[in-house]
Amino acid sequence: MPGSGRKIAEKITEGVIYVSGGATIAAVLLIFLFLLKEGLPLFKTASPWKFLTGTDWYPLSDIFEILPLIAASLLVTAGAVVIAIPLGVACAIYIAEVARPTIREILKPTVEILAGIPSVVIGFIGLVVLAPFIQKLFDLPTGVTALAGSVMLAFMAMPTIISISEDALAAVPRSYAEASFALGATHWQTIRSILVPAARSGILAAAMLGVGRAIGETMTVMMVTGNAAILPQLKNWLFLQPVRTMTATIASEMGETVQGSPHYYSLFAIGIVLFGMTFVINLIADIALQRQQRR
Amino acid sequence: MSNRKTKEKIIFFLLKLSALAVALPVLLIVYLLVTRGAGAISWEFLTQPPRDGMRAGGIMPAIVGTFYLILGTALFALPVGVLSAIYLAEYAKPGGFTRLVRLAIVNLSGVPSVVFGLFGLAVFVNVLGFGASILAGSLTLALMALPVVITSSEEALTSVPQSFREASLALGATKLQTVRRIILPNAVPGIITGLILAIGRAAGETAPILFTVAAFYLPRLPRSVFDQCMALSYHLYVIATQVPDPPERIQWGTALTLLMLVLGMSAVAAVVRTRFRRARKW
Repeated sequence: MPGSGRKIAEKITEGVIYVSGGATIAAVLLIFLFLLKEGLPLFKTASPWKFLTGTDWYPLSDIFEILPLIAASLLVTAGAVVIAIPLGVACAIYIAEVARPTIREILKPTVEILAGIPSVVIGFIGLVVLAPFIQKLFDLPTGVTALAGSVMLAFMAMPTIISISEDALAAVPRSYAEASFALGATHWQTIRSILVPAARSGILAAAMLGVGRAIGETMTVMMVTGNAAILPQLKNWLFLQPVRTMTATIASEMGETVQGSPHYYSLFAIGIVLFGMTFVINLIADIALQRQQRR
Repeated sequence: MSNRKTKEKIIFFLLKLSALAVALPVLLIVYLLVTRGAGAISWEFLTQPPRDGMRAGGIMPAIVGTFYLILGTALFALPVGVLSAIYLAEYAKPGGFTRLVRLAIVNLSGVPSVVFGLFGLAVFVNVLGFGASILAGSLTLALMALPVVITSSEEALTSVPQSFREASLALGATKLQTVRRIILPNAVPGIITGLILAIGRAAGETAPILFTVAAFYLPRLPRSVFDQCMALSYHLYVIATQVPDPPERIQWGTALTLLMLVLGMSAVAAVVRTRFRRARKW
């Protein structure tokens, strides 16, 4: 029967569609499994506790303790967040509520351009423009510091924070604002007391996604934070020291390792830590977004 | 009353300042790249291999390598991405599995780029034995591009009016026929737009290709998909940090070339989108 042949072909095609539907689940699981497979062998010889809390990263002596790298990642990210969240949310409010349409039509593509600049180009600019500036400004031996990383990361996180906050603000029903105006509130009072609170889940999601981007960024931090795998010293200005993040360590050292060596395993173990952190951050962001959409 | 108004004026001024604080550096970055990079870009720069330990000559092998990677990424990301989007837009029923798929997409797009690099190294380079190669690099980048391709394709599919589906089904077409003949053709522009955006972004990526394909210096062009190649993004990293005393001109020129390529692809995507939106029949 000619009809049944077509039926079978149709069933097969639909089977392929169903399988492809699960492709992303498979991808996430496979990434996690292979990080475990290549990272966990490190702990046959080293203690996981020492790995996470020790302060010595000496790959040449087979000592792999990543506290300085975690501290660097958190430090650089915290700096970026402090700059990017207030600035990004303010910018989103400006675009969504205050700016005239012509200004909005200029600002939005500008933010899109920023989102499109490759991280290695941002890193290059940070290296040749920002780092020398920081060096001169604070009279430092070198300008490639945690601060340079924070500033550049803040800019890279900005498009995510701005566009998602702006969407959240725009999604607040217009009647909320109208009711507020009718009660005699000014535009700013309405923004502060009505619109921002109504959009808070979306803004939280925007902030979390920004954090996720910052903590996972690789090339920019590798180029501008100075590649010093030592614990930042509290006695000096925290942000004015060279540091090295987890991402930068993987990127700069994987090329020198031999497959199956402790060093190789340790870099994958760092990958597990990174994957875990970004997974949790994205989960929180996703839950916040869902909540926003239900409103 | 006027006090409230003054306060509002001040706050709105501060909001405007923060918008400027975001926008001005972007314009400054583009301005610097154009003014310092434009002088370096010449026919020779674009068509010659690097010479003198990358302190002279051009960047042709890096441009070609990046094009191969873009092509490979599109080749792998498009079919899987579109099929996955068809599943989500046309077949998925609300429930646990679909929720899981969406969660996976969100998380995949949040995986740090260097972790994709690790995965590519472990799976494509080592386990599957492709070695550091265009094949391994393209697969890694495709995996990374997948969330964008899926999301934009799904959006394109769901924006096809419901009445189109109903009309087709009423004429006795099966669900798959409806998808293939009616929905997919109408969604092509949206899918292409998303694909171009995704591979444009992939072209700018460095961390995922570090251990999967990128060659420090390879003056000849790759001969097969199992060859390594140079790439613009990695080349910029190399001449910015690894080469002693590189001429600034070449660094800025390389950075500008990469930026033009990436933003150029975004621009193409935007043009495709507006073109087809205008020509749309609904």
